[in-house]
Amino acid sequence: MTKLFEVPLYPYKRTADQDAPAPVRHPVVIIGAGPVGLAMAIDLAQANVPVVVLDDNDKVSVGSRAICFSKRSLEIFDRLGCGDEMVDKGVVWNLGKVHFGDRQVYNFNLLPEDGHKRPAFINLQQYYCELYLVERIRALQTEGKPVEIRGGNRVENLHCYDDHTLVTIETPEGAYNLEADWLVACDGAGSPTRRMLDLDFVGRVFEDNFLIADVIMKADFPTERWFWFDPPFNKDQSALLHKQPDGVWRIDLQLGWDIDKEKEKKPENVIPRLKQMLGDDVEFDLEWVSIYTFQCRRMEEFRHGRVIFAGDAAHQVSPFGARGANSGFQDVDNLGWKLKLVLDGKAPETLLDSYSFEREHGADENILQSSRSTDFITPKSEMSRIFRDAVLDLSEHYEFARPLVNSGRLSVPCTYDGSPLNGPDVSSLPQRTRPGSTVVDAPLGEDWLLDHLTGEFVLLGLGVDIPSDNEINGVSLTGITIGRENISPELRDRYLGNAAAAIYLIRPDQHVAARWLDCDQTEIGAALAKAIGGKVQ
Amino acid sequence: MSESVTTPNLEAPDAFYADLLSAHEKLGKEESDAFNARLILLMANRIGDLGELRQLLEAAKVDRVSKQQY
Ligand SMILES: Cc1cc2nc3c(=O)[nH]c(=O)nc-3n(C[C@H](O)[C@H](O)[C@H](O)COP(=O)(O)OP(=O)(O)OC[C@H]3O[C@@H](n4cnc5c(N)ncnc54)[C@H](O)[C@@H]3O)c2cc1C
Repeated sequence: MTKLFEVPLYPYKRTADQDAPAPVRHPVVIIGAGPVGLAMAIDLAQANVPVVVLDDNDKVSVGSRAICFSKRSLEIFDRLGCGDEMVDKGVVWNLGKVHFGDRQVYNFNLLPEDGHKRPAFINLQQYYCELYLVERIRALQTEGKPVEIRGGNRVENLHCYDDHTLVTIETPEGAYNLEADWLVACDGAGSPTRRMLDLDFVGRVFEDNFLIADVIMKADFPTERWFWFDPPFNKDQSALLHKQPDGVWRIDLQLGWDIDKEKEKKPENVIPRLKQMLGDDVEFDLEWVSIYTFQCRRMEEFRHGRVIFAGDAAHQVSPFGARGANSGFQDVDNLGWKLKLVLDGKAPETLLDSYSFEREHGADENILQSSRSTDFITPKSEMSRIFRDAVLDLSEHYEFARPLVNSGRLSVPCTYDGSPLNGPDVSSLPQRTRPGSTVVDAPLGEDWLLDHLTGEFVLLGLGVDIPSDNEINGVSLTGITIGRENISPELRDRYLGNAAAAIYLIRPDQHVAARWLDCDQTEIGAALAKAIGGKVQ
Repeated sequence: MSESVTTPNLEAPDAFYADLLSAHEKLGKEESDAFNARLILLMANRIGDLGELRQLLEAAKVDRVSKQQY
């Protein structure tokens, strides 16, 4: 059987740019067709920003890699027009078991909060995620949207100028140049762009290796997440078992830093360990094995003039909590609308500095969370081990200790507290929807609130009438009115609390920019101007 | 630091102290360490409030030699 990741999806094809007498200028060029680069391209193309994606390869990622896609990512995929494909294929699970040493200490049911369109997360192989993103790009092309993926195009050199970047690209038919007003580097953890520009990648917190194995079970096996602390088959380390689509189970074995990678990867070493994990009588086939090495770090600054970094190129975290790909989609979500406004001349270039501010903050949060998980999973001192073991021992008997067990906190969207784009707040309104936070989904009539937030600025009136189409300084502002009779209990709880009415200004990336109990046109104009980084001079 | 953290509050100091020691009586060093850790976690849960717990973490930092806080 040919595996999905063996099929060329965007094989090299000669383009007119290669025969042009002078380098052709493009508004946006993206380096890297990983999940982050592909999502970036969709976001821009949907907004009619012409975009070219360059990738040295022509296939989806090899092996499952990232497998856990968070609710926020699914909401972003909905906005990008491919949420249903992901959710229909993905696996939803709610039951988990925690093991310590040779025993199970407790099990749990996640019971996610009601009143959201999307589940807390799904499990899906990264190659499926990338496939659906590529298919979405194909659909946009059919609609005539200005987006291109160029496989077999390896970026070899960059020259930065004040108002553009000159990109040198190697192809099977030789090199060519093109110019980009804006260059978005989504070229992964080893980012050649970072290297070519001689930029730092600092803040290393810890280093680790993971053995990743995808196995196909030959008989029924429960759809549950099993986590082991210090199991007999992986002393002093952790192990994780997770269900994926197509009857594939993913196993992560933490290996520590000083290991012999080639030896650990050999089936004769892998299979006995897996048998110890799963039980001797469980039959399985080994589909894919890899060793994943990471450091926990981020770039000091995500924007360097006309070059902007997103995804793993900008930051890397441990896999605990599935923050790698998920945080990359939040980068895209944050950057797309800002680039569009700047390219359209409706917002100042400095709006892009808020991308750095907000997403660097996001990366710090992810690094903090994943460092805390690692400190729990791999205690760094005798005393931290004593406490860790105490938590696990107590968790077997008492419920109170279970929230302390940290095998990775699931990726949740970052709230941009303190962002320069945030406008006025009303502290008596619910905390979780304060300026900077993502809009919390809620049922709205026959569908969902988030279905109505499709990539423009929105002025949302709850119990207040808002005119449906507005434009302020050339920026369009969609008005949505939810009449008193249509305010569901979830909407009330998440947006009003005890207030009778409220107005929310919502950014194109579904983050709250400002909110009022009541306001006039001038206040709205001021908040909108702030949310786009001030007026264009 | 708020007064309530360090003013006497134990209902029966001698009895509690005796119980604490006797809980450790038959334990080796390793078991005692584990017991203490479990006890701290249980007590922390009973207190709950992060601000108060942070005050306790501060209050516990007394230097045995100089009798000053570090
Ligand atoms: C083996 C492995 C296992 C992983 N497991 C997990 C996991 O369990 N959980 C998790 O959350 N995350 C995991 N990750 C991380 C996750 O896969 C990444 O966070 C995610 O892929 C980041 O997406 P990206 O688009 O930023 O970068 P990438 O997916 O790395 O994509 C970068 C793209 O840039 C292209 N490129 C690079 N250089 C050039 C160039 N010079 N010119 C043109 N194109 C170029 C590459 O071909 C590639 O397509 C894993 C990663 C690996 C490698």
